[in-house]
Parts: sequence; structure tokens; C-alpha cells
Amino acid sequence: MRHILIIAAALFAADVQAETPRDFLTRFEKEAGAVASAERGARFFTTKQGGEWSCASCHTERPMQAGRHAKTGKAITPLAPAANAERFTDAAKVDKWFRRNCNDTLNRLCSAQEKADVMAWLLALK
Amino acid sequence: MKRIIAPSLFALLAALALPAQADSYRLPKNAVFEEECSSCHIAFPPQMLHADSWRAMMGDLSRHFGSDASIDEKHRVAITDFLVANAGGRKTGDTRDAQGKPLLRITETARFAKKHREISAATWKRPSIKSPANCAACHPLAAAGEYSDHSAVSPK
Ligand code: HEC
Ligand code: HEC
Ligand code: HEC
Repeated sequence: MRHILIIAAALFAADVQAETPRDFLTRFEKEAGAVASAERGARFFTTKQGGEWSCASCHTERPMQAGRHAKTGKAITPLAPAANAERFTDAAKVDKWFRRNCNDTLNRLCSAQEKADVMAWLLALK
Repeated sequence: MKRIIAPSLFALLAALALPAQADSYRLPKNAVFEEECSSCHIAFPPQMLHADSWRAMMGDLSRHFGSDASIDEKHRVAITDFLVANAGGRKTGDTRDAQGKPLLRITETARFAKKHREISAATWKRPSIKSPANCAACHPLAAAGEYSDHSAVSPK
């Protein structure tokens, strides 16, 4: 009995951790306290904001396709979930890259609204 | 007793001598290092810098050559330990600058300059190369730690 409980608990924990791209849209919208706009997300993603790079500098303006690191030239697999099933399935990874890439492009963290907008746009790409 | 020790000691010495002889930069397997240090560029061989360089680099990942490469503390410590344990030896040569500070770039070390002395300044600046750190432009198998001179090519 004890074993069954432990297995059940482990399964439950695994279940909670696996995330889908939609979960991130929900989470960021909730944090922002407002609905996302895919159109705003597209503009944010493709426009430089004072720095050397925009998100599109490495992920391209149409992230259904593969990108290339603007400095090192290394290939980057597509960012849009419709083109790459591995994207937006791990919260630690998603948070880590938003932190790093926002710092590199904006010199600050992205707001929850900005992240929600980007998610809405990426999810709309087909 | 003596007869048993001698051959095994010999085998041990032979095993220790092998990697040095092959001049190999094959990457020792390490899942965290691969995950965290090969997303923006190929994984550079730990053998190409000494431990003090790796410690200095790993101490400032949020300002990593103009990029934010910061990671959580647990992974930072694990990767530092891995790099230090597999850092360069005698053949790596001097990896400090004129002031004695540890260099952070493999491409600034004396050994790198020596191995690439035949490459002209114009070649380094070709658009297909962009940066000397772009090892894979000329060493197609760099991601696997293979840099032998017969595999090196000069791209257009
Ligand atoms: C200098 C290059 C560069 C720029 C600029 C850049 N990224 Fe990235 N991004 C990367 C790399 C490299 C990765 C990790 C490699 C990979 O996962 O393929 C990554 C991964 C990500 C991920 C991880 C997604 C997942 O679940 O796998 C997200 C989210 C992301 N980027 C969003 C952005 C946003 C938003 C911007 C603009 C604010 C941006 N990036 C700008 C290089 C860049
Ligand atoms: C967010 C992107 C990113 C991540 C993650 C990253 N790096 Fe880098 N790294 C860079 C950039 C950009 C350069 C500069 C490349 C150039 O000058 O062409 C660089 C350069 C280097 C160099 C110097 C190359 C030379 O010129 O000899 C070393 C060594 C290095 N990185 C090691 C690491 C290690 C170890 C890790 C893992 C802890 C790591 N990098 C993770 C972006 C990254
Ligand atoms: C512009 C092209 C180019 C780039 C970029 C480049 N190399 Fe090389 N490399 C060569 C060539 C060509 C040789 C062979 C030189 C010779 O034999 O004279 C070589 C030789 C070497 C050797 C010696 C191999 C042996 O068998 O002795 C090593 C080690 C090496 N490169 C490592 C690197 C690393 C590490 C990087 C990236 C940080 C790098 N190279 C970037 C072209 C390049």
C-alpha cells in the first residue's frame, strides 16, 4: 500500500511538472492581469529597442524556421511550438532564456505582459 | 606479489599516457555541461584552459563575452567542478595575460596562436568565419572535440 502511494505521488508530481506552451500563455496573462495581444507580441519580437539586437536577430522574424545566433553563428532550432514540439515544455528552461535574452536585447527583464504577448504570437504561428 | 604489481602498474601508466599522446580534445561526458555550455556555441574543450581561467569565467556568467549566460547556483558549481577537473595540463601552455591575469578566451592563448600562425588576418575576417572562436567554421567536427589538422579546412 505504502508503495502504491509513493508511486502515485511520483506520477502526480511528474504530471504537474510537464508543461505545455498554452500553460505559459495562461501563466503570463495571469501575472500581467491582462489579456495578451499577438499583434503586440510580433512587433515586440521583431523591433530593436535601443540595443544591438531584437529577438528576431537570433530567432528570425518568422520563428517557424530555424535561426542563427547573431554573434556566434550557431544554428538555433525554431522557437514556434508548431514547428518544434520541444519548445515551452519546461518552466525552468523558459524562465532562464527569457531572463537571459531579455537582458541581452533590452538590458532589463521582460514584463509579464511582454512575455504574454510574445507567447500569444508564437502560438498563433502555424 | 611483485610480479602482480609490476604489470598492473605498467598498464596504469600506459592508460595515463594515452590521452596526452593522442592530443585529443574529446569532451568528457557531462550532461549539465553539454546542456548549459553548448546552446550558444559549440562546447569548448575544458582541456584548452587552465583551472584558474575556468574559475574566473564561471564566476561572472551574467556578463559572459557580452551575453547573459547566468545559471542557477547548483548548476554553476557543478559545471565549475567539471571544468576544473578536466582543465588543461602542461601542453596547454601559458593561459595568462601579460599582467598575470587568467585569460578567458582560448583564442587569446599562445597555444592557439601557434597552432593557427599560418592563417592570415584576412582569413579570420571572412564573413563565413566572423570570429576565431567560431571553431566549427574550419573544424567541421569541433562539436565532438575533433581538431586534428587533417580535418581542418579553410572556408571561402
Ligand atoms: C543573441 C541571440 C538571441 C537573442 C537576441 C534572443 N535569443 Fe532567445 N534563445 C537564444 C538561444 C541560443 C536559445 C537557446 C538555444 C535553444 O533552445 O535552441 C534561446 C532560447 C529561447 C527561449 C527558450 C524556449 C524553450 O522553451 O526552449 C525563449 C523563450 C526565447 N529564446 C525567447 C527570446 C525572446 C523573447 C527574445 C527577445 C527578447 C530572444 N529570445 C532573443 C538566442 C537568442
Ligand atoms: C547565452 C549564450 C552563451 C552561453 C549559455 C554560454 N556562452 Fe560561452 N560565449 C558566448 C558568446 C557570445 C561568446 C563570444 C563568442 C565570440 O567572440 O565569437 C562566448 C565565448 C566563450 C568562450 C571563449 C571563446 C574564445 O574566444 O576562445 C569560452 C571559453 C566560453 N564561451 C565558454 C562557455 C562555457 C564554459 C559555458 C557554460 C557555462 C558557456 N560558454 C555558455 C555565449 C554563451
Ligand atoms: C579560420 C579557420 C579556423 C578557425 C576559425 C579555427 N581553426 Fe583551428 N586550425 C585551423 C587550421 C587550418 C589548422 C591546421 C593548421 C596547420 O596544420 O598548420 C588548425 C589547427 C588547430 C589545432 C591543432 C590540431 C593538431 O592536430 O595539431 C587545434 C587544437 C585547433 N586548431 C583548435 C581550434 C579551436 C579550439 C578553435 C576555436 C576556438 C579553432 N581551432 C578555430 C583553422 C581554424
